[in-house]
Amino acid sequence: MFRIFGRREVFRAEREAAMHISSFLFVIVLGLSAAVADAEQIGDPDNGARVFKACQSCHEVGAGATNRIGPDLNGIFGRRAGSQAGFSYSKSMLRAGSDELIWTWATLDSFLENPKNLVSKSRMSFAGLKDAGDRADVLAYLRIYSDDPANIPEAEPTAKATDHDLDPAILAIKGDPEYGEYLSTECTTCHQIDGSYDGIPSITQWPAEDFVAAMHAYKRKVRPHPVMQMMAGRLSADEIAALAAYFETIE
Amino acid sequence: MKLNRRDFLGAAGATAATAAAPMVFAAGHGTPRVVVVGGGAGGATAARYIAKDSKGAVNVTLIEPTRAYYTCFFSNLYIGGFRQIDDLGHSYGKLAMQGVNVVHDWAVGVDRDAKTVALAGGGSVPYDKLILSPGIDFVDGAVPGWDLSAQNAMPHAYKAGSQTELLRSQVLAMPQGGTFAMVAPPNPFRCPPGPYERVSMVAHLLKANNPTAKIIVADPKDKFSKMGLFQEGWENHYGGMIDWIGSDFGGGNVSVDPGAMTVTIDGEETKVDACNVIPAMKAGMIAHQADVTDGNWAPVNAADMSTKADPDIYVLGDSSAQGDMPKSGFSANSQAKVCANAVRGALTGSKVFPAKFSNTCWSLIDTNDGVKVGATYEATPDKIAKVDGFISKTGESADVRKATFEESEGWYAGITADIFG
Repeated sequence: MFRIFGRREVFRAEREAAMHISSFLFVIVLGLSAAVADAEQIGDPDNGARVFKACQSCHEVGAGATNRIGPDLNGIFGRRAGSQAGFSYSKSMLRAGSDELIWTWATLDSFLENPKNLVSKSRMSFAGLKDAGDRADVLAYLRIYSDDPANIPEAEPTAKATDHDLDPAILAIKGDPEYGEYLSTECTTCHQIDGSYDGIPSITQWPAEDFVAAMHAYKRKVRPHPVMQMMAGRLSADEIAALAAYFETIE
Repeated sequence: MKLNRRDFLGAAGATAATAAAPMVFAAGHGTPRVVVVGGGAGGATAARYIAKDSKGAVNVTLIEPTRAYYTCFFSNLYIGGFRQIDDLGHSYGKLAMQGVNVVHDWAVGVDRDAKTVALAGGGSVPYDKLILSPGIDFVDGAVPGWDLSAQNAMPHAYKAGSQTELLRSQVLAMPQGGTFAMVAPPNPFRCPPGPYERVSMVAHLLKANNPTAKIIVADPKDKFSKMGLFQEGWENHYGGMIDWIGSDFGGGNVSVDPGAMTVTIDGEETKVDACNVIPAMKAGMIAHQADVTDGNWAPVNAADMSTKADPDIYVLGDSSAQGDMPKSGFSANSQAKVCANAVRGALTGSKVFPAKFSNTCWSLIDTNDGVKVGATYEATPDKIAKVDGFISKTGESADVRKATFEESEGWYAGITADIFG
């Protein structure tokens, strides 16, 4: 059996390993698995490294990584959204941070599935990884470059949430815009119907799919914000579809 | 109130509508008529939504005495110096532009048999459906020594506008080290966190201008909305300045002498330099005149806000006894949209959707220290019943509190656009 590292030691070792010796990396990963033999493996970091190539045009991770088009991803687990020093975030991502969106396995998984689940106007122009296995693998890979990786995966940030992929049947629901117009009157107490922004974001002219994804993420309490979790929490899938159908039509 | 060109044209339209109104009443055409009394968060919203959504199929008249409405919500922020008084003022021009017949007059009586509303200026307005949203009035004799004739010496400032300006000026005029007293109201009352946000805003003002001043709150209750959050904030920001006297310590045993500027709490008389008396409340006068009240408030059916007393009269907001919702501008606005949908359906046959209600109340404790409480509600046969809710937590980070305050600013812009167009 391989040596079991202390947490700090693993992190330092990982940084070095990533920089110098890829075979050593393999050893460390196996070491991590051994350290948490009772817990579930979150994904295959080797395949994750391959999947991550799709991210590399904007993001760096590992020793010497810096902010590029996107923020560097060292230490992403446990970090508050929009909080990487020196990176200029979208207003939407900053809002997610002040709503206390913390990057955990569950939130990153949802974000990677579709960034607009959690951050509707994120500048991350990425269609999303639809394959849950690919997401798990890339998260297992990114996990290597976060603090305290030794706790994989028995506790946050790597504890697995229940599967929350949005059922394609939910996305396929055709909403009743007349009902949506009635339901929307609850939204317009805070969100201005003309799309103005005075401290609460605009919700008009969203693609219906983004709207539905965001509302279901609130409903499942994956996306943070107490008012929105409450409001979305009592809406049925049909009602969310109705709202999306209505808001899509607003000019 | 800021008037831009569009507002100005709208206000002119509203005046024209006032002049033309008696002719409309005399005409008695076949279009169904809705009359709304009270142009606040409940009434203006209901009038606007019915006019907007019926697209001319319903004749909507709003009776509201004032030309500019000053919102009670956010008026504490004016006292604290976070808003100008004009920021709270809203005209009715946009409602007029959206088809509401705005009549600036007092509604002084309701004839339920003839289905007409009498105006102080003479004449009467016929209705098929009548929506009353008159806000609050004060219970006579609720605070011994105080009545409305004393409102200049000891302002209530619970109907926003000149009273709010008066109270702020009295706080600023206090001598160094002076005493501010508040007589808080018993339940139920408009805006449950309101008195305590006001205490916070007075403390904020005094901390900057008069740091040795004291605040005494005489309260007939033993607990209040967001109590833990306010008390934590008072300790953090204004340590030692605020003395809250609840019912356990005689806070409910209060009398005032506006001439001598004294407040007597549980037998102990204190000389005060400014005093805010917020008496016990009841439904606005017109609800009592229409005889749809039972005691202080008007009982309503949760599904559509129609009164238990008369299926053609609806009561919104503070004046209604509806169940679990707090008396707030947000609640009134929420109830108005349910009511508008039901009234339009009854008059035109449009589809009526099930009632859904919600409320959120934000309060400011000090600069960038905002907190909130909210809930969703549904209509049951008995009442409007709470479904789910949340409240800010003690010990939250400064970032979260700042974001909450900024959200409240967004909400103010949102709800005033939703109410006044």
